Order: sequence, then structure tokens, then C-alpha cells
Amino acid sequence: MNRKQKKVLVRIILAAVLLVGVSLLPVEGWLRFALFMLPYLCIGYDILIKAGKGIIHLQPFDENFLMAVATVGAIVLGDYAEGTAVMLFYQIGELFQSYAVGKSRRSISELMDIRPDYANVADESGEYCQIDPDEVEVGTVILVKPGEKIPIDGVVTEGASTLNTGALTGESVPREVAVGDEVISGCVNLTGVLQIRTTKEFGESTVSKILDLVENASSKKSRSENFIAKFARYYTPAVCFGALALAVLPPLFQLTVMQSAPEWGDWIYRALTFLVISCPCALVISIPLSFFAGIGGAGRAGVLVKGSNYLETLAGVRLVAFDKTGTVTGGVFEVAKILPCEMEAEKLLEYAALAEQFSTHPISRSLCRAYGEAGCELDSERVSEVTEIGGHGVTAKVDLHAVAVGNLKLMERLGIHPAACDEPGAAVYVAVDGKFAGYVLITDRIKPTSAEAIADLRRIGVRKTVMLTGDARRVGEAVAGELGIDEVHYELLPEDKVQIVERLLAEKSPREKLAFVGDGINDAPVLSRADVGIAMGALGSDAAIEAADIVLMDDNPLKIAQAIRIARKCLRIVYQNIYFALGIKGLCLILGAFGIANMWFAIFADVGVMVLAVLNAIRALHVDGPLAKQR
Amino acid sequence: MKKTYKIEVDCANCANKMELAAQKTEGVKSATVNFMTLKMAVEFEDGADASAVMKQVLKNCKKVEDDCEIYL
Repeated sequence: MNRKQKKVLVRIILAAVLLVGVSLLPVEGWLRFALFMLPYLCIGYDILIKAGKGIIHLQPFDENFLMAVATVGAIVLGDYAEGTAVMLFYQIGELFQSYAVGKSRRSISELMDIRPDYANVADESGEYCQIDPDEVEVGTVILVKPGEKIPIDGVVTEGASTLNTGALTGESVPREVAVGDEVISGCVNLTGVLQIRTTKEFGESTVSKILDLVENASSKKSRSENFIAKFARYYTPAVCFGALALAVLPPLFQLTVMQSAPEWGDWIYRALTFLVISCPCALVISIPLSFFAGIGGAGRAGVLVKGSNYLETLAGVRLVAFDKTGTVTGGVFEVAKILPCEMEAEKLLEYAALAEQFSTHPISRSLCRAYGEAGCELDSERVSEVTEIGGHGVTAKVDLHAVAVGNLKLMERLGIHPAACDEPGAAVYVAVDGKFAGYVLITDRIKPTSAEAIADLRRIGVRKTVMLTGDARRVGEAVAGELGIDEVHYELLPEDKVQIVERLLAEKSPREKLAFVGDGINDAPVLSRADVGIAMGALGSDAAIEAADIVLMDDNPLKIAQAIRIARKCLRIVYQNIYFALGIKGLCLILGAFGIANMWFAIFADVGVMVLAVLNAIRALHVDGPLAKQR
Repeated sequence: MKKTYKIEVDCANCANKMELAAQKTEGVKSATVNFMTLKMAVEFEDGADASAVMKQVLKNCKKVEDDCEIYL
């Protein structure tokens, strides 16, 4: 609790003790009034002052005014205890609310506590000292000890360790790093001492980008928040005039039409009860609090949401369009199949890998990697006369055999005419001693969680999944088929993707929302065109962080369904609170107008609804894991 | 031009009032107040002097909610 809150707490206790004490005293008349003023003014003086200031500034209609009028009215009617108690409970409610808000503010900022305070940099004498990360120049070598945060993006130059990326990705499995690996700021070094050569300035590092995004998030408000703000603006004056009417009209009616004695006191009491019930705090606080907690909870799961409006849109997603490379596939080439003609598969891969071992082309690297994974070592002694023919492939002499590895063009150039391979993926043709020996099929491997991710989306009610790819038809259809994606568009240029997304947007009903998921490379126009753009694997990709509305910190597609579920839960809580608060208030207003609910009832209803709504809102902070983990 | 300011305010409804007051201030193109993060994001009209406008914003905010502060 801060000082302001402590002061209020002391006043509440003091006023409660005084109120009980004064109620027990057998005094009457003016003395009784004077004694009751002690607890009343003790607990309510600030409210009365605020209400007075509001009237002076011609902004009278707020909670302070409601409470001031209700309690002063009650006291004028002679209900001293009730007037004081209403003020007391109102303050208890306010204290609880401010405590709860402060608490969730703190817990969310702790979640996002990834800001590094210092960097260890060696000075002239070789001693390491702590300096402000802002002052570290690109290319400086910094030291990160176990337990410290990596302050700036860079490359490991010495040491090996495991990193906890949890604060960034929500992923609990630590990541191994060694010399030559790129590391991202914001991760916590767990086991070994690392020396890192920085590749960016602090301001350009991942951690700064994320902090900037988090701090400027939710500057865009959701429709529900705007609705409540607007509602509160008209609601309070409306209630005040309603109460006035309730106080004046029925007695006048009794006086004029029914010709009976008007029951002024009774109706004024009802009107005051009306005022107490109608305080809008529960709504006004719980809706932004729910969104705030929802965004905070999503952040903990590695899902950064740039504003509560995007959370709202995400909850309504019924169509999901994907980019292929880097989103559902890993974006890394791998050997998928070896199709030899005459020799053994292992032998074919051996020839191909040996011949390609000096090439840096991604396809060549994947051949060598596959050979290495089979437990064999590349022996450069066995290879000679390596010639790389640009755009075709490689020819070399392996164990005295002439080996050619490359595309169909290379084969034709050598006068070999194999049947073209029609499997999806990139085919590498291998010829040995002038004879076609077989294909090695290289594909961009589908991420292990992709199929599960699509199934999860379907499970949570996504009607249609679409894949957009620049890749060839065979590849696109094969991937979509394997994952169970409904629709696939292939051989697309970036502008074609925008057109297809626009067509999808036009075809769907306006209530259904379309999400586009991409890895942020070349996707910026589509990300901004969709109802909600989701960038994944954003660690290190600035373009994605800027273009997207929602950023998945790691590249696990399961997070898409999880993000939608987080958003739905948050929205569910928002609507629960709206209906619950309005429902209870409406009911109490009716009961109050008919004189069934008295002021005690009113204040318990008001504070009770507020406490329940706030507790419900805080629930949005707790996020369920991915569906797959729960089963 | 867009700037974000740290604010101090006690209740959510007061934050809404501050937002409205800031939006109505001359030289302000748009303004949002986030009660949960206690921040006010202001987008100024072209050519407006941010510090002068913000002084007026603070004054207008004080008018609708006495108990508030904007850290300029």
C-alpha cells in the first residue's frame, strides 16, 4: 500500500470505531448530530471537498457528487448512522479498488521486467565495470555472468551457457548457446560466463524494441472501453435527474392528484438510495482492468498485443490466413527423401555430400548436414577437381568416380536425360560416371507443431484456414494437404497476397474477423491489411514488430490458438462484468425506486458488485497453456 | 508529432475525463489516457508548440479533475 492508501485505511478504521461508539451512546438531539459528525467528516471530508470543487468547475456529475448528495441527504433526514456508513463503505470500496489496481499494475510490470540496468565492459586496465547499456558502442565486447540479463543483442565470442528466454517468449525450456551463436537481449544467462560482441546499439536491441512496444501498447482502446467511457459520461447525470424526479414527482402526484398528504421524507430517502446504487465505479474500473490484465497475461505467454482493440478483434477471429515459409515451415532446407536409381540410398547421399562439401549454398549445406546426421564424416581427401557451375551445381571426382550434383540443367549440360522429378520440393539430381544415379529431395520442413496448431484452431472454432505461398504449386499443395489447411494459394508475389486477403475480407461476414499470420519478412502490407496481423518468431525482426498488431515472440504456431483463447477469455470477462454490473444495478435501482431496498442494501450492492467485478477482471491475468499441453 | 506523458490520477472515470479535456484543448489532434499504465499519449496539430499546448492541457485537466498531475 502506498501512503495515500494507508492514510485512507487509518481513516476507515478510525471512522468505523467512532461510528460504533457514537451509535451506542444514549444521546439525543443536537448532541447526537454533533457526535455523528465526527466519524462522518473523518471519513468523508475529501469526498465533500471534491464534490464542491466539481460544482465550482461546472463538472458536478461524478461519484463524489453522488455520494455527497446521498449522505448529506440521509443526514438531513435524520438517518445519521446510515449516512455515515454509506460514506464508510464507499471509501472501503475505493480503497480496495485502488489497492487491486496498484497490485495488478505492479505484477504486470514485474512480468515485463526485462529492462537490463547495466552492461559489463572492460576498461583500459582490463577490469570489468558496469556501465549504462545506452553508452555501449556497436562492436564492444561485453561480459555477461550467470544470473545477469543480456543487455544488448550480439554474437557470443567466448564461453558457452544456457539462456532463459522465458521473459521474452514464455518458453520455459532453456536455450543452449556457444561461440558464434547470436543472442538476444532480454534473455537471462543461466549457467556459464559469456563474452558477447554487440551487433546493435541498446536503443535498437530487441529488449528496447519490446519495452517500447509494451509501454506504448493499449494506446488504442477497444470498443468496449470506449462504450463504457461514453456510457459513464451520460449515465451519471441521467441518474441524478432520475433521482430528482423520484424525490419530487411522486409526492407532487400524491399532493395534486390523490389529494393526500405527500410523503416527502419517504420519497427523498428512496431517491438517495437510488443515487448510492447507481455509482458507476464497478464498470468504469473493471473494463480497462480486464483488458490490462489480459494484455499482461498474454505478454507472460510470449504474446505481445499492441492495444486492447486488437485483443477484441482477435477474440472474433474465424478465418486464419498463413504465410508458409517461416510460419508453418521452419524456413530451413532439409533432406526429405533419397530416391536412388541403382545404388543404395546411403551411397547416393555420400557422393552428393562429398561433392558439395565446399559449397555454401543452403541446399548444399542441407546435404552435408543430412550426411553428418547419418553419423558419417566428410573426408575432403576423397574429393578432388571440384568445379562449381553457377546456377547448375557441382562436378567433382569422388574416389575416382566422376560425380555431378545439381539441377536438371546440369544433367542436360552433361548429356544425361533423367525423368524430371515430380515430388514436391527441390530435387537434386546426382550422376555418377556419366550415368544418372538418383534424386535427393530437399524440402523446407514443416514445423513439428504446425499440424497440431491447425487442429487447435479448428477446435476453437476457426471456420477456415488459408495458406498463401510464393512457392510452387506442388510444394504448396503438399504442405496444405499434410496440415489439413482448407485452401491454398501458390506462386504468389507479395502484392498477390494482399489481393487474396482483400478477397477473403470481402467474402466473409463483417462479424467474422480475419487474422493473417506471417514471419514479418515481405509480409508487412498483408499484416496491416488483415483485420489483425500476427507476426511470429519476432525475436530479432524489427519489421515484424512494427507492422503487426500482435507479435508472437517465438516461432511456435501453437501460440496462434493460444493467443485467440487468451483474447476470448479476456472478452468473456469483460462482457461478464458489463452484464453483471448493469444487471445488478438495474435490479437494485428498481427495488430502490419501489422502496424495497434501503440504503444499507444499496451500499452493499454497490461495493459488492465493484469488488466482484475487479476480482473477475484480475482473472484475465491467468493464462492457460497451449491446448496440446493440457491434454 | 506524438508524445507520451506520465500522469497521476486516482480513478478510472477521472482518467476518462482527463482524456476528454485533453482532446478538447486547442493544438491537440488526438489524445488517449490509459488509466492502467498511467500514461497520456498526445498527438499535436502540425506546427503546435508541444510544451505550450501541454500547459493548457494540464490546466484543462485540473479543471475537470482537481486531483491529477501530468509530468511534463
